[in-house]
Amino acid sequence: MSPFKGVDYFNIEALLSEEEKMVRDSVRNFVDDQILPIIEKNYQNGTFPAELVQKLAELGVFGITLPEKYGCANMNNVAYGLAMQELERGDSGVRSFASVQSSLVMYPIFEFGSEEQKDFWLPKLAAGEKIGCFGLTEPDFGSNPGGMVTKAKKVADGYLLNGAKMWITNGTIADIAVVWAKLEGKVRGFLVEKGTKGFSAPEMKGKHSLRASITSELILQDVVIPEENILPKTDGLKSALMCLNQARYGIAWGVVGSMMAVYDSALNYAQSRVQFSKPIAAYQMTQEKLVFILNEITKAQLLNFHLAKLKDNNEIKHYHISLAKRNNCEKALEAARIAREILGANGILDEYPIMRHSANLESVKTYEGTHEMHTLIIGEHITGFAGYD
Amino acid sequence: MKIIVCVSHVPDTATKINLGADGKSIDNNGVTFVVNPYDEYAIEEALKTKESLGEGEVIAISVGPEVNKETIKKALAMGVDRGILLKDENPRDSLAVAKALADEIKQEGAELVFFGKQSVDYDNSVVGQMTAELLGFNSVSVVVDFKLDGTNIVAEREIEGGREVVETSLPAIITAQKGLNEPRYASLKGIMAAKKKPIDEKPAAEAKSYVEVVEMKRPAPKAAGKIVGSDASAVPELVRLLREEAKVI
Repeated sequence: MSPFKGVDYFNIEALLSEEEKMVRDSVRNFVDDQILPIIEKNYQNGTFPAELVQKLAELGVFGITLPEKYGCANMNNVAYGLAMQELERGDSGVRSFASVQSSLVMYPIFEFGSEEQKDFWLPKLAAGEKIGCFGLTEPDFGSNPGGMVTKAKKVADGYLLNGAKMWITNGTIADIAVVWAKLEGKVRGFLVEKGTKGFSAPEMKGKHSLRASITSELILQDVVIPEENILPKTDGLKSALMCLNQARYGIAWGVVGSMMAVYDSALNYAQSRVQFSKPIAAYQMTQEKLVFILNEITKAQLLNFHLAKLKDNNEIKHYHISLAKRNNCEKALEAARIAREILGANGILDEYPIMRHSANLESVKTYEGTHEMHTLIIGEHITGFAGYD
Repeated sequence: MKIIVCVSHVPDTATKINLGADGKSIDNNGVTFVVNPYDEYAIEEALKTKESLGEGEVIAISVGPEVNKETIKKALAMGVDRGILLKDENPRDSLAVAKALADEIKQEGAELVFFGKQSVDYDNSVVGQMTAELLGFNSVSVVVDFKLDGTNIVAEREIEGGREVVETSLPAIITAQKGLNEPRYASLKGIMAAKKKPIDEKPAAEAKSYVEVVEMKRPAPKAAGKIVGSDASAVPELVRLLREEAKVI
């Protein structure tokens, strides 16, 4: 198989700086060499390829936008987005790992942590020596995180935590969990270390999606954490939502990688698969499908590029990110399903990446704010009416 | 120790090449250029050698036009300390490239130089050895294993049907073959650090090219195959054709 050349119908390449192109190419080569050869097996077996963690750290994809003094690259949001795009061309589960480590663990420690917390955790998380997870969602509170029942109580030697979290990427293998809990009625962030008495993170089994990623529950039963493990600058639910904005931004870029993977696979297949007198690419119905996918890739790329500029200029609003996450995930899932149709029965085989991306994207469309919630976020912004309660 | 790695900027092997209007060059339009793949092994070996020595400097040198800086930058992003572009906008033959490199290597005073075993554009596989000859350095080509102990070198090179172990010493030129190592990826930190690393630009030493490209053309399209039959009765005719027409048996 020849190396992936990218999909760039509008010469978006011309908008990228030399460093941004190098980041994209480096992560792209990494995906070709290190992820694609092993991912199908991991997906089929329902295992996370843990051997990638160290390699991803060396590549430098954890905490891309954070300062050098923590061992990070201090790059802009275009570079961050491109890295997520390329990783997700490999697999949404691998991108999820990097997203959680960066956006949901390193970001909150950087943004809301004390100097000691930052100095201690960020270099280790950047180097992949420590793995993190993020606990906000609960069994009964998904789209409505404000209803959380996990509670924190000030006690003599720190904080006492009780509650349960669900759908936690990396949970079982995490050394550190960023757990959100209500302290005197206000949502705050806490660092809970693996091995703390009363804290466990059993893996959730039986997924048909994101099978190469670990998803867990977090159980907190009379867990006492030291006083210094509260994230001091967290201030209500909005702090948690700021983290989600980071992750959602990465997802908006990531799913373009999935779209590129399914497009590339479907185009190659259509050009070589002969039915009746010619390759199926020569038939109008196939062309319409391919054009649809290419069109959605191109639109999403331009949306992302401008979103990155808004983010770099600090002009980004949460509803901008919602629009990109909502659109790109929906179109990526649609693209994967259409690509599968182009491959006919072959589309369901693991010889091709399409069914894996398609199944993954069912989750990606739903996590970090469902499609519906993003619709309501934008709807509330444009009408002034909250449509969700 | 000062270690030099010589790198060339070549069309991506997966790119479809079109001929230029002059019939003597390729049309660069739409062609992606990359670091010569064999040079990546050379860069990696240079970096590994510096790391194992625990000190030193790795310098990447390229001969050619301004765009070769892209390849030098990639080397810097992988961890090379600084770059030198020996500028010449006109094409040179292998010997003229080797002369420019030899001149610079002498000025830098380096005693260990890595090359890729060949550049995948013209595939002449001679620049490394020519440079060694010009400098009076030892040279080992097509190297798949390299060990440096003080000034002594033990290198394994690929030969037909096996490997040859060569013992030599500095000053030396080593040309790298696939298998020598696993080239590292340019890390995101490396890419950012490369922005601050210097690339010296100077005219390549004058040198006459003895080789002139007279014409470039595509290989003749492959003729359609011939089907002599589909069962055992066709075998005698097939043998006759292979013997008399194709002259392969």
